[in-house]
Amino acid sequence: MQTVSQPKSVWSGEIGLISVLAILGLLCLYIAAKTIEPAYAFHMALGVIAAALGIFAIFQRYNSRPAERPPLEINGLPNYNFGPVKFTTIMALFWGFAGMAVGVYIASELAYPDLNLAPWFNFGRLRPLHTSAVIFAFGGNVLLASSFYVVQRSCRARLAGDLAPWFVVLGYNFFILIAGTGYLLGITESKEYAEPEWYADVWLTIVWVVYLLVFLGTIFRRKEPHIFVANWFYLAFILTIAMLHIGNNAAVPVSLVSSKSYILWSGVQDAMFQWWYGHNAVGFFLTAGFLAIMYYFVPKRAERPIYSYRLSIIHFWSLIFLYIWAGPHHLHYTALPDWTQTLGMTFSVMLWMPSWGGMINGLLTLSGAWDKLRTDPVLRMLVVSVAFYGMSTFEGPAMSIKAVNSLSHYTDWTVGHVHSGALGWVAFVSFGALYCLVPWLWNKRELYSLRLVSWHFWIATLGIVLYITSMWVSGILQGLMWRSYTPLGYLEYSFIETVAAMHPFYVIRALGGALFLLGYCLMLYNVYMTITASEQAAPVAQPSLQPAE
Amino acid sequence: MSNSSQTHHGGSLFSRHDIIEKNPILLVIGILIMVAIGGLVEIVPLFYLRSTIETVQGMRPYTPLELAGRNIYVREGCYLCHSQMIRSLRDEVERYGHYSLAAESMYDHPFQWGSKRNGPDIARVGGKYTDAWHVAHLADPRSVVPQSIMPSYGFLMTTPLDTRALVANVETNREVGVPYTDEQMANVMADLRAQVTPDTPEAAALIKRYPKAVVRKFNPASAEITEGDAVIAYLQMLGTLVDFKLYDDKANLR
Repeated sequence: MQTVSQPKSVWSGEIGLISVLAILGLLCLYIAAKTIEPAYAFHMALGVIAAALGIFAIFQRYNSRPAERPPLEINGLPNYNFGPVKFTTIMALFWGFAGMAVGVYIASELAYPDLNLAPWFNFGRLRPLHTSAVIFAFGGNVLLASSFYVVQRSCRARLAGDLAPWFVVLGYNFFILIAGTGYLLGITESKEYAEPEWYADVWLTIVWVVYLLVFLGTIFRRKEPHIFVANWFYLAFILTIAMLHIGNNAAVPVSLVSSKSYILWSGVQDAMFQWWYGHNAVGFFLTAGFLAIMYYFVPKRAERPIYSYRLSIIHFWSLIFLYIWAGPHHLHYTALPDWTQTLGMTFSVMLWMPSWGGMINGLLTLSGAWDKLRTDPVLRMLVVSVAFYGMSTFEGPAMSIKAVNSLSHYTDWTVGHVHSGALGWVAFVSFGALYCLVPWLWNKRELYSLRLVSWHFWIATLGIVLYITSMWVSGILQGLMWRSYTPLGYLEYSFIETVAAMHPFYVIRALGGALFLLGYCLMLYNVYMTITASEQAAPVAQPSLQPAE
Repeated sequence: MSNSSQTHHGGSLFSRHDIIEKNPILLVIGILIMVAIGGLVEIVPLFYLRSTIETVQGMRPYTPLELAGRNIYVREGCYLCHSQMIRSLRDEVERYGHYSLAAESMYDHPFQWGSKRNGPDIARVGGKYTDAWHVAHLADPRSVVPQSIMPSYGFLMTTPLDTRALVANVETNREVGVPYTDEQMANVMADLRAQVTPDTPEAAALIKRYPKAVVRKFNPASAEITEGDAVIAYLQMLGTLVDFKLYDDKANLR
């Protein structure tokens, strides 16, 4: 904020963060020395190393930084802070590969069980690694990158905080490291999509609160009177995930020196908490957050305004209100009371409307620019992602109907449904956003190769089609086999016969996943070449110098 | 984009939305209210309704060995392929047994109902197979079920059970609401050993403290208590505590 030069002094934020890291580092050192669990000691040692590296990095930066704080504006234009955005973009690309590769591996384990290498690479330990890596590591870093980019551009303001954004992106990725290695070593709460143990949960809570403060702080700095619609969705995502995370992870550790904890809730209450969390991890992490991406990147890439402003208002409030109720559809015909199941089903069916309202708002943004679908594969990816969003948000309400669910639950149909959303919607909209972001962040005129994007699109789409069709067939087949009766009124199939019948579909599914991964590798190459070899953008075309929209 | 959106304002309700769009605090409050309602309505009653908090005769806390086995079950992520929730559907009841009651998982922190059946439901697997079958099946599933796609868990049979934190684990269970008695608390380590030493006074005392506890050396291949003993002890009790000849399934009807 200072324009006159002054002698260099240590900023309070630097002292504060060094103190926090020093205290946490010492705490980790103490636990590492005291605990009897080697895996927990390993994690605490990582904590010590991370804290030391953090302190070292702050000193390094102090030595090289100017005495004044970076200006908020240069020549009347915002001085955006894209360093943390670049870092988290690269992390997203890395984790995406790791998570999808593990996905292909566990898909192969189900087809060829000898691939299970006990104990570290057994299905039960790898599956949470896959889900966490693709949802929280890949998806989470895409959300961090895009939210920190979009909030700056749409507010025409520099990201709030000096070290805080770095703390968020580095701290979040450290959480991922602890969570992922923990699963392999057998540290897990075995609560689906909320597996990390208590100490990782506490760390994530700290990181998340800082994330909220950075995001809100940037909104407070905005030069635009209105808060742009994408930021509503980001805000709902950040706030609600905080609420869900705390509610579903309210656990009591056995002791400070034990990685093990016991959740406060048990049985049916825990089940309800879990699926209140679990379904809204889908609703707010994988939907609201990525809808924010849709609301910024689709209009931006199509160079068209959002189709309807009013529809975005209705979409936003109805989506966040209805989603929270949908959790019990994961518990149909269980020991959860009937009224709760029916309530969950009803709201899930109602949820179809705002979901399609959002889809329509995204698709019709293309009005007058449909021809770009032929020429711009990045836009094609974004638009197809919205179409997949529409498809899986139609399938979801259908599966939440109790009669349908009695067939689909516990089968691969659910897995296929999740992946039509995860691959078709979340991954595709992320790919589209990353293909936009990379040239913008690294000041490149355009991507290294649009042809490669087109190849990526088609290979990945073929992979998705193989994946979801094989899972439809296997899921419905197995569901029907389970409930099949002989004319004499006996169950027709033993359980293991229904497992054996799945084999061909598991092979096809693994193949579909492998194709999706292959397409992803094309993107990695394309991004690498864009950053290292593409032509620099002309100064006028620099996104950071244009007035924000 | 926001420029163009500003020009769209017309109706009073939509123009009033301006107030929220220009005030981040109001936006935060609005979001928090909207996302709180559904959860409150669906979750809070579950702590008060009779059908979700009823105590059913036969239910008891896990023995120390069963709890240790359950923790290994949790550690290995078994719930990812095996549900422990028999739905009230004809084929499930015929295949697996009486549909699961809320009370049957009331001491489960966390619940392990699962969401996917790559393998069968095991809510009532207790007593269905012999210990020897479980040992063979865990070590090499395809040796007893050729078409099985389950991973091998042979290492459980050779890994000694680490019991150093067991007392603290039982204590923490009590803290989160599992009604372990003072007597049970005082005998955690004794009961652990008692469950693998049948026909001893200690075993009789264990069964008195934990009715229906199965006392056997579950994994005879090893003289000491292995993780395999704990897991099999847990599997052999699953679904066996409630006697459905005595259970009154009409008690909660209104």
